[in-house]
Amino acid sequence: MASLKDMRVRIASTKATQKITKAMQMVAASKLRRAQNAAEAARPYAEKMDTVISNIASAAAGSPNASPLLVGTGKDQVHLLLVCTGERGLSGAFNSAIVRLARERAFALMNQGKEVKFFCVGRKGYEQLRRIFDKQIVETVELRSVRQLGFVNAEDIAKKVLARFDAGEFDVCTLFYSRFRSVIAQIPTAQQVIPLAVEAAAGNGNAAPSYEYEPEEDEILNQLLPRNLAVQIFRALLENNASFYGAQMTAMDNATRNAGEMIRKQTLIYNRTRQAMITKELIEIISGAEAV
Amino acid sequence: MATFHFDLVSPEKLAFSGEVDQVDIPGVEGDFGVLAGHAPVVATIRPGILTVTAAGGTRQKIIVLGGLAEVSEKGLTVLADVATSIEELDRAQFTDMIAGMEAQLTEKEGSELDKAIERLDHFKSIQSQLNTTAMH
Repeated sequence: MASLKDMRVRIASTKATQKITKAMQMVAASKLRRAQNAAEAARPYAEKMDTVISNIASAAAGSPNASPLLVGTGKDQVHLLLVCTGERGLSGAFNSAIVRLARERAFALMNQGKEVKFFCVGRKGYEQLRRIFDKQIVETVELRSVRQLGFVNAEDIAKKVLARFDAGEFDVCTLFYSRFRSVIAQIPTAQQVIPLAVEAAAGNGNAAPSYEYEPEEDEILNQLLPRNLAVQIFRALLENNASFYGAQMTAMDNATRNAGEMIRKQTLIYNRTRQAMITKELIEIISGAEAV
Repeated sequence: MATFHFDLVSPEKLAFSGEVDQVDIPGVEGDFGVLAGHAPVVATIRPGILTVTAAGGTRQKIIVLGGLAEVSEKGLTVLADVATSIEELDRAQFTDMIAGMEAQLTEKEGSELDKAIERLDHFKSIQSQLNTTAMH
């Protein structure tokens, strides 16, 4: 049985761990608020972008020289999975959930005889995917050194994806990230970004105002589509960020509670042992006195 | 004077939202002003200075670095790549940006070079406008 000193040391170390997890929880909570605000601030832009694009796209989709970003390359043989995960762990199942979704999709596609490539954003996803799909990972981007997630980060990623698309390296691109529903619910999501899935505005297609375009529609669309990719990636990164802190907060809350439980149990054993020792010593003294 | 609703959004935030009298937009094919009741237009914008005349007649200048403007019956929406009001602009940083773009020119060629030069010209014109209006 461990000596009293050993027990004291163990209790102290559990307490130190609890302090760390508690601090991490509070840091995550405050960062979560900021991340959530950023995600909400980005929403109007993305929504407006959607409306404008679907307005123009429904008009342009029929034309023969429509951008391949909109109508696709005409086949779906090679798939690029753009997997966005966090840079850090200690956030419960956050990273694994995204990776699992991507992995399942990859296996499903490979069973259909398609080719799958990966583009990893975030270190954690790369580390997990590397174990199975090492050869298929074509590029990784780490956002480790980025303090405040800016639109430029998303633009950089979009540029890399577009360069590969222009080089004919893939036909379909799907974005994987975690949608932020609430602090305790983050939903891993797959979203097809190339070719763009535009909701058919068939119902109110005629009601849409007939815009004048300056410059021509095609030109605007060709500018807008690559930009839209960046916007979608930016939104995914922000949602991911908020989800990450949400997941971390929950995970750290659990850890703090578990540590508390452990401390309680250890203290109980410690006190029992201590009392048993005192009783034993007393008995020894008393029986010693009686013997005299 | 009749007013209309104007939203200026950048990917990072909603930079302006409210009722305004007039907005002057630096379009790719030339500047244009938008008043209430303007015909529906979708136009791309170049890097330049956007002037908002609010309902009270006060003017506000905002620097936008490219994007898209949409006029519909609901009002005007500008999707700007970057939107900074003149007061908030860090001029030293802006000058650095121009210097950086000039330095990068040598690495580019063909149509990319043309685009880069065009963009640089837009930036320089913003800068000269800033310098001339600095006294006011």
